[in-house]
Parts: sequence; C-alpha cells; structure tokens
Amino acid sequence: MSLNLHSVRVTFPDGDHRITALDDVTVTVRAGEMMLVTGPSGSGKSTLLAVAGALTEAGSGTVSVAGTPLAGLGRSQRDRLRRTRIGFVFQQANLLPSLTVTDQLLLIGHINGERPAASRDRARELLARVGLTAKEGRRPHQLSGGERQRVGIARALMGRPALLLVDEPTSALDHERGLQVMTMLAEVTAEQRTATVVVTHDLQYLPLADRVARMQDGRLTVEDPSRAVGRAQM
Amino acid sequence: MFIAFRDLRYATGRFALVGSVITLMSLLVVLLSGLTAGLSAASVSAVSALPVGSVTFEQPADGSEIDFATSSLPVDTVARARALPEVTSVHPLGISTGRVTKDGRTSAATFIGTDTALLPEFRSGTAPGPGEVAPTAGLAAELGVTTGDRLTVGALALTVSGVTLDTSFSHLPVLYTGIADWQQLAHTSTITALGVDTSDRAAVDQALGTRTTSREDAFAGVGGYTSEQNSLDAMRWLLIGISALVVGSFFTVWTIQRRHDLAVVRAIGGTPGYLLRDALGQAAIVLLVGAALGAVAAIGLGALADGVVPFALTVGAVAQPLLIMFGLGLVGAAVAVRTVATVDPLTALGAS
Ligand SMILES: Nc1ncnc2c1ncn2[C@@H]1O[C@H](COP(=O)(O)OP(=O)(O)OP(=O)(O)O)[C@@H](O)[C@H]1O
Ligand SMILES: [Mg+2]
Repeated sequence: MSLNLHSVRVTFPDGDHRITALDDVTVTVRAGEMMLVTGPSGSGKSTLLAVAGALTEAGSGTVSVAGTPLAGLGRSQRDRLRRTRIGFVFQQANLLPSLTVTDQLLLIGHINGERPAASRDRARELLARVGLTAKEGRRPHQLSGGERQRVGIARALMGRPALLLVDEPTSALDHERGLQVMTMLAEVTAEQRTATVVVTHDLQYLPLADRVARMQDGRLTVEDPSRAVGRAQM
Repeated sequence: MFIAFRDLRYATGRFALVGSVITLMSLLVVLLSGLTAGLSAASVSAVSALPVGSVTFEQPADGSEIDFATSSLPVDTVARARALPEVTSVHPLGISTGRVTKDGRTSAATFIGTDTALLPEFRSGTAPGPGEVAPTAGLAAELGVTTGDRLTVGALALTVSGVTLDTSFSHLPVLYTGIADWQQLAHTSTITALGVDTSDRAAVDQALGTRTTSREDAFAGVGGYTSEQNSLDAMRWLLIGISALVVGSFFTVWTIQRRHDLAVVRAIGGTPGYLLRDALGQAAIVLLVGAALGAVAAIGLGALADGVVPFALTVGAVAQPLLIMFGLGLVGAAVAVRTVATVDPLTALGAS
C-alpha cells in the first residue's frame, strides 16, 4: 500500500473565500499499480499530485506515502521523503539545461549523498532501460521531446522511489512518442514495483492503466478501466 | 557544487562576461592601491624613514592643523626638550623646498636639515659635514652628480659628501644637509620641528608649548597628503562597492532565470541548503578567478608603470583590497541567491 489518501481536502485562498481544489478524496494506489487520472482543466489533478508528493499540505484528511503519514512532517522531513521515496516526472521533463543525460541522473545520487560508483551503475542501468545509452553525453537541448521525457522517467527512478507521480507527460509529444512514454511508464511501474499516478488528458492511454480515475471539481471517482475505455472509444 | 561546475562549463560565455568585469574591477582596485601606496611614499617617505617615534611641531594656531610648511621653532627648543626627563632623544628638523643646480641642470627638491642620526642609509659616501650635502639616489641621478661634486643652491656652493637611498617629501626628492647649512639654504634662524623619542608626548607639549604627534600622525603635516590619500581611498572603496553590486546584480538575474530549474531540484528532494551551497560555491569560483586574474594583470601593469608613475605594491596592498572585494562580492551574491532557498518546489509541477 504505497499511496493512501483518506478524505483529503485542499483549499486555496481566493480573495474573500477559498477555492476547493480537492474535495474529500479517498484513494489507494498499491505498489506495482499504475493509476491514470483524467479530468477537465482546473479540476484538481495537479493538486492531487502535489498533495501525494508532499509539495502541498492537505487541509484535512490523511495522506501517507509508503506507510509514512505526511501530517506533521517538517519541511526538511518532507524534502527527505521526496528524495528517498518519491519520483516525479513533469510535463516539460524539467531537465537542467547544463547537465548531460547521465548527470541528470547522477544529480539525484549526489543530492542523496550516495557513493558515486553506486549512482553511476544505477544511472547506466536506468539509461539502458529507457533506451538512451547512446545519448548519455547529450544535453537536454540535443534531445527530442520523447527522449527528454524518458530521461525524466529514468531520473525519477534513480532514488528507487515507492511512489511515482507523473503530470501530463505526453502533452508535448506526438502520438507515437506519447504512446512510447506511456508504455514505458506502465512497464517500469511493474518492474520497479512503484505505485504510479499519471495525470493525462489523453483518453487513448487508458487501456495501459491498471486503474482509471476521473477528477471533476476536486472530486475523484475511480472508474473501471474497461468502462472508461469504452467511453473513450465513443 | 554538482550543478555549479556544470553551469560554469555550460554557460561559459555568461560567466566569462561577469568574470572579466570582476577581473577589470580588481585590476583597477589593485592599481589604485598601488598608486595610493606609491603616492603615499612620494609624499611622506622621508618622514616615515625618520628613526624616531614622534615629531614635535609648533603649536598650530586655533583652527589650523599641524603643517611642516608653517611650523617654526626657536633653535633653543632642542636644548629645552633635551632637558626633559620624559625625552630620550631629540634631533632638530629643518624642512623647506627650493631648487638645486649642477652645470645648468636644475631640479626642485625638499631640503631637510638634521643630525646625522636621522639620515637615511647611504648608498655611497658619508654624512654631510659643514658645507656639504647628501642628495638621494634619484636626485643625484637627475643632476648627474656623485660624491665630491659641487652643487649650487641659490648663491651657495655645496659639496656632495655622499648619496642616500631614495626618500621623498611632498613629491620632491630630498637633499640632506646639517641643520646649520639648512638654515642658510632656507634663510632662517629657526628650525621647523623636532624628531624626538619620548614616553609622554603630552608632557613634552606641556613643557614646551608645542604639538607632538606620532611619526605616522605627522604625515598629515605634509601638504596635500591627507586629502590625496582620502580621495584615493574613497575611489577604492567606491570601486569595491560597485563590484559587490555588479556581482550581486549578476547573480540576481542568474538566479531569477534559473528559478524554474531550482524549483525542480527542490521537488526532487534537494534541500534549500543544497541549493544555497551550490550557488554560493559558484559565486566564489567566479569571484576568485576574476580577482586572481585582475591581481596578476595589475602586478604586471604596475611593474611596467614603475618609474613612470609612483607605484608601490606589497603583498598586503594586493591582498587586502582583493579580500575585501571577494568578501563583499560574496555578500552581494549571497543576498542575490538567498532567494533560491525560498523557491517553491510546487512551481515545478504543471506547465505554468
Ligand atoms: N497554488 C495555488 N494557489 C491558488 N489556487 C490554486 C493553486 N494551485 C491550484 N489552484 C487552483 O486549484 C484548482 C485546481 O488546480 P490544478 O492545478 O490542480 O488543476 P488541474 O486539474 O491540474 O488543471 P490542468 O489540467 O489545467 O493542469 C484550480 O481552480 C486552480 O486555480
Ligand atoms: Mg495540472
């Protein structure tokens, strides 16, 4: 049981009143399971990832990651949790422009204070996994959008996370590359036994998911994947 | 400094630009320091070379400060000072300016009349006796004289008894004489001041009605010294301040540009401390390299300019302004990059 949200509510101040970004969200994502989250813009999908990723605190309800409840953790404890338990893949890959592909991964080892030799082995292994061994010396601007996202996935897995949080990884990619990236996410979820939450607008990827959830006005409804697929095909 | 080193290599152009600004600034600062020290030597090295702890001036009039040009003491002050129990040694000092001639070659000089005990070291020859003078090496070269040659000052003809190491007073080379000959050169029956060693300056002034200062404070009695040094110092501090601002602005812009990247590093678990160390390390490298290059260039230029302009560099004169520049630059950078600690990792999520 790697990610667990129970009755989570998140509100943001907006002038006199507050916007409810997440409203009574309860969901569990187990290790080795990939959940896709769809929903209209502004419905709260990114906020869900932010709460699960210890970037935003829940106003009420409980969130726990790999068995650790987030409530009451200080800033440095949350930094530590993100470092050791959580991997992020972002919409724009968010690679650092000055780092080579290998260095993007080694940075994680450096932040975690790992032995360089150990991080080097892990980085090599992960780059081979995402099919980028030949590009390890390149910088982000020398990569295609799909390759950048694959580096992002490898980087997210560097710290052996229990939870993988992915925000619209394919929105900047064409159909074929998007499918490649999404397939890879499904594969690494099974291989690395991460609990994976992927936010996407694109309903064509739903068949790859173990579970599908729909966000609407801050409320999360977990759907049966076959029904969601059926609707996507209509 | 995992990211810092890679940024330096990746954004070479940008860092080279700010690095060369720092290089030029430290070049200017070190040159200015050398010039300050050089001008100081040209102005007061004859005073700083005096082997006494204090200088006794005539009590200046109300509202005036000590001044070698206006100070005047009766000759018997020497004997009266010598009689004081707090005083261990007393030497008369006569200081005036004039022109000295040798075979049609004329040079302006400061005439200093005093005891043998207060003369600087000799390069050749001996201390001047009656009717004799000792020019500094620079003055002797300018006039083309050596020991035994004769010089004229006004109507007086004097023999060169020896040549001293270089000293300078009020930007003029010095011609040393005995006090009696100096009085003739200066057309006076008084002396200018006393060089004394004393345990109690106040007691000396009480007994003699004079104004006694330490040798270093007596520099202010050389015309223009204080204002010259103050304006050079002000320029130096201004430059150091500007460099700190330049470094601060560069790193402010640089940090703002990188905000999104820094948010990403925060999101993937980098602590604010990690980012701060990285950013400060980067600033330190840029400052260190820039300052070192500037110092090397300044020392080189100083060596070339030596002799043309007064220029003096010591390890301290190079290191001190550079250390201050480095320190203030780092403060500027720290002020700029401290915002990296407040970057919200949440902004790494989503497109915006
Ligand atoms: N930091 C914030 N401060 C204030 N309001 C916020 C903040 N973050 C999100 N919101 C609001 O919360 C709601 C949910 O936002 P969220 O970013 O989770 O939506 P989303 O489903 O990810 O949308 P999109 O598909 O456009 O990315 C929106 O109304 C948004 O305006
Ligand atoms: Mg979003």
